[in-house]
Amino acid sequence: MSNILEIKNLVVSYGGIEAVKGIQMAVPEGEIVTLIGANGAGKSTTLKSISGLVKPKQASILYKGKEIVGQSPDFIVSQGITLVPEGRRVFPNLTVMENLKIGAYLRKDSLKDDLEYVFTLFPRLREREWQMAGTLSGGEQQMLAVGRALMSRPKVIMMDEPSLGLAPLVVKDIFNIIQTINKEGITVLLIEQNANMALKIAHKAYVIETGTITMEGTGAELLANEKIKQAYLGKTK
Amino acid sequence: MTTNAFLQYCLTGISIGGIYALIAIGYTMVYGILRLINFAHGDIFMMAAYFMIFSMVNFTLPWYVSIVIVIGATIILGVVIEKLAYKPLRSAPRMSIMISAIGVSYFLQNVATYLFSALPKPYPAIGFLTKIISFGGISTSVVTFITPILTLGFVFILIQLINHTKIGMAMRAVSKDFETSQLMGIKINRVISFTFVIGCFLAAIGSILYFTPRPSVYPLAGSLPGLKCFIAAVFGGIGSVPGAVLGGFIIGLSETFIKAAGYSEFSDVFTFILLIVILLIKPTGLFGEKITEKV
Ligand SMILES: Nc1ncnc2c1ncn2[C@@H]1O[C@H](COP(=O)(O)OP(=O)(O)O)[C@@H](O)[C@H]1O
Ligand SMILES: [Mg+2]
Repeated sequence: MSNILEIKNLVVSYGGIEAVKGIQMAVPEGEIVTLIGANGAGKSTTLKSISGLVKPKQASILYKGKEIVGQSPDFIVSQGITLVPEGRRVFPNLTVMENLKIGAYLRKDSLKDDLEYVFTLFPRLREREWQMAGTLSGGEQQMLAVGRALMSRPKVIMMDEPSLGLAPLVVKDIFNIIQTINKEGITVLLIEQNANMALKIAHKAYVIETGTITMEGTGAELLANEKIKQAYLGKTK
Repeated sequence: MTTNAFLQYCLTGISIGGIYALIAIGYTMVYGILRLINFAHGDIFMMAAYFMIFSMVNFTLPWYVSIVIVIGATIILGVVIEKLAYKPLRSAPRMSIMISAIGVSYFLQNVATYLFSALPKPYPAIGFLTKIISFGGISTSVVTFITPILTLGFVFILIQLINHTKIGMAMRAVSKDFETSQLMGIKINRVISFTFVIGCFLAAIGSILYFTPRPSVYPLAGSLPGLKCFIAAVFGGIGSVPGAVLGGFIIGLSETFIKAAGYSEFSDVFTFILLIVILLIKPTGLFGEKITEKV
């Protein structure tokens, strides 16, 4: 299968300090790829670079074979890459409905079918259509953040720690939704500290440590790896 | 005080209050989106008055053409200021952009002094606005009468725009979160420019309404009204459009009644007392939200 996204030699530095030190990653079309790593390893920075929010010091990021480094975030969204940011970041002063509509900001066609699709995935959002997003629970906000991202009709959806701070049952829901979305043909690039869940659903996985990829393989391979078990799955020998 | 005199002062107060409201909206909207107190806003209002003199006196254009020119030139001035003096500081510490705004304020005052001299210049009379009309025992100029009506009309349109249009939704989003707004595909620089367009449009209207019944314009003519309107915005809760409007009307009315009571010298002092009192009692102003630091 061809790679929808290819990241080569990505280097990002914040004021002289390198947060990402030349990583390579390939995301095959239609798969779930996960990037796991500890806090501060450079995961969010990687996704922000792909989104155009952070300008890498050096990189080649190919999307469907085309270079997208240096493009603006709105161009990248318009091409079909969307990011569900860390900490959900719904607009608290907008209603649930407005949050969904703003996800489709660049689209000029009818949103009716897409809203229906999101409401089918997340029936709770339909009940809360007119509520301010700031009044939703954490789990509902995460659902809204995912729904908002889907409204742009993405080909690639990137999710930055969607399970962070959520109750185990809600996390399970979110992971089910990730798989559902993926089955519809959307490629998923998932960042997680919850390595166990992420590796279980991932076709392919990368491990990042202080800005460097230290391991890669299929989800199952990494799940079985002794080092991973110790470092990320909280299991001792 | 007779009923008639009372009504007369009410009208005067509401009228000047309406002008303050129009200018205060510019402060509050720019603050809402950039967390910047645009100290140059009062001077943009002053420049709008010189644009009118230019157009009507120097180029002898008719008033209806001149109004369009004044609005256009004021908007261009505001947007250019934003691009040159504020945009390059987007990711700098907040204090830098505030200082830049103070710099722009002095810059405009000095440019005006250089170009037009410090001597007051007569403000051109716009024929129909200065006509005197009488009704129900009150007599007043057309401009005093139509100011509150225009103000409320513009405020109504503005609130519809903010709450019910796509660009308004983008403005609300950008005011909360730059980064996530960009992820939605919003071009934040366009939204910021648009905010300046609105603020300067209203400042241009406010300038015409303010200077029409006044004899002259001078380079510092924008600083005290600017300061009062800033206080109106803080009083109403900076960031809130209805707050700025209410603040404008309250300051306009109280100032007029204090003057009517014979304490003219005290009226400006009162405005500053109002500022101190609100900051002590309710620092977020009447309708202000808790101030959230934007990352
Ligand atoms: N805006 C920023 N300015 C300076 N340093 C940053 C910034 N964002 C992240 N960093 C630093 O870059 C490194 C990687 O951060 P990040 O990509 O957020 O890691 P992760 O998402 O894996 O937790 C960390 O050391 C972090 O402190
Ligand atoms: Mg992170």
